[in-house]
Amino acid sequence: MLNDTSILSRRRFAAGLALGTVAFALPMRAAALTVEQARALIDKAVGDINSVISSGKAEGAMIGDFERIFVKYADVPAIARSALGPSAKQASKAQMTAFTKAFQGYISRKYGRRFREFIGGTIEVTDAKPVKSYYEVISVARLKGEAPFDLRWHVSDKSGSLKFFNLIIEGVNMLASERAEIGAMLDKQRGDVDALTAVLKKT
Amino acid sequence: MMRVIPTFLTPSGQNPARNLALCCLLAVGLGGCADGLADRDPLEPLNRDIHAFNLAVDQFALRPVASSTTGNGEVAARLSDFAGNLGKPADVVNNVLQLRLVKASENVLRFGVNTIFGLGGLFDVASAAGMPENDTDFGETLHVWGIGEGAYLEVPFMGPSTTRDFAGTLIDMAIDPLNQLNRDQVRGAAAAKLAARVADRGRYSEMVDSILYESADSYAQARLLYLQNRRHQLGQDSGEDDFVDPYEDPYAE
Repeated sequence: MLNDTSILSRRRFAAGLALGTVAFALPMRAAALTVEQARALIDKAVGDINSVISSGKAEGAMIGDFERIFVKYADVPAIARSALGPSAKQASKAQMTAFTKAFQGYISRKYGRRFREFIGGTIEVTDAKPVKSYYEVISVARLKGEAPFDLRWHVSDKSGSLKFFNLIIEGVNMLASERAEIGAMLDKQRGDVDALTAVLKKT
Repeated sequence: MMRVIPTFLTPSGQNPARNLALCCLLAVGLGGCADGLADRDPLEPLNRDIHAFNLAVDQFALRPVASSTTGNGEVAARLSDFAGNLGKPADVVNNVLQLRLVKASENVLRFGVNTIFGLGGLFDVASAAGMPENDTDFGETLHVWGIGEGAYLEVPFMGPSTTRDFAGTLIDMAIDPLNQLNRDQVRGAAAAKLAARVADRGRYSEMVDSILYESADSYAQARLLYLQNRRHQLGQDSGEDDFVDPYEDPYAE
C-alpha cells in the first residue's frame, strides 16, 4: 500500500487516504454482520432442502421444490452468465434471459434427480467465514451408510441481496464443473447460444 | 475490458480479478479449455483415447455386471467394507512412511476392531463406533515427501489418476503387507477387491452414469472431478483456490 501511494500526487494521496480509511473501516464492521447473515441464509436453505428430502414426495415434485429453493437462495443470473463464459458477452439481453431460464431448469433437474441419494440424510451448517470478497459457509452432509462429506457454500451480496453463487462438494467446484459442461455443450452447437438454450430445455 | 480494483479494497490484499485474468490467459493460451485444468494435462490426446477405451469397458463389461449383480445393497456394502479392511495394512505402511504415527496407530486399531468384531472385516464396526477413517495410499506418501501431482493421467481399466498417483498405485501393489500371505490368500484378496469395485459401480450407479453418459464432455468432467477431489483429500485446497468469481468475470457485461 505504501508503494501504491508513493507514486500518487499529494492531493490524490489525501483523498485516497480518506477513501482508503473509509473503505477499510466499513467492510471490517460489515463483515462480522454479514458472515452471520450468510450463515443464516444457508441455514434456511439447508432447512428447506432437508424438508424436501424427508417429504417423501415423488421425484418430479422434488425437482420442482428444488427449483424453487435454487431460485430463492442462489444468484441464478450470475451463475448462468458465468457458466456460459465468453459467449455471455456477445449474447443479447433476450438471449440471456432465455438461456438463464433454461439453465435454471437444467440445474434443477440434474441435481434434483440425485436427491434420492439424500433420502434419510441431513445437512448441517457448522461454520462460516469471510474469504476475499465473499463468504464461505461450511456444512457437513451425513448420508445413510456413507462417511460424512464436506459441503461449502460461497455466498455474496453483489447481486443486491445475499445469495449463494457456488457449491463445493468434497473439493469439487460446481461452478467450474458447469463452466466446463456448458462450454462443451456450446461447442457441440458450434457456439450458437439459442441452440444451446433449446438443448438445455430438453436435458 | 476488465476493471482493475485497487489492491487495498480487497480484504486479503490480493486481487481476485488479476488471478482470474491470469488463469484465463493461461487457459486461452493452451487451447481455450474452459475449466482451467487443461494446463495440467499435457497428455490430453492420449488420455482421451484411454478414456474412450475405459468408457467402452464400463459400457460393455463393468456396468452390465454391476447392474445385474447388485440387486442387494447390503451385499455391496459388505463387500465394500471387507475390501476396505483388506487395504488397511497398506495404509499403515504409508502412514508410517508419512511419519503420521497417530493415524498409523488409529489404522492398526481400526484393522484389529473390524477384523475381530466385524467378522473378519465384513462389517465396518469401527466407523459405526465413530473411529476416524484414514484412507491413504503411496500417492499421498509421495505428496507428503514433496512430490507434485505431475500430469493428469487416465489409466486403462483404472480411470483417472496422475503420473504421481499412478506411480503410487504401482508401489502400493508391491509393498502391500498382504503379499506375505500364501498364494491362494493373495488371489482371494485381489478377487475381493475386484468384486468390491464392481459392487461400488452398482452402488453409485446413478452418479457414475450421470458423469460418464450424460455429460457433454465426460472426459473433462472426470478430470475436473478427480483432480479437485484429490487435492481436497490431500488437504491442498485452502478454500481460496476454489474461488470462481462470477461477479468479476471479464467476459461479463
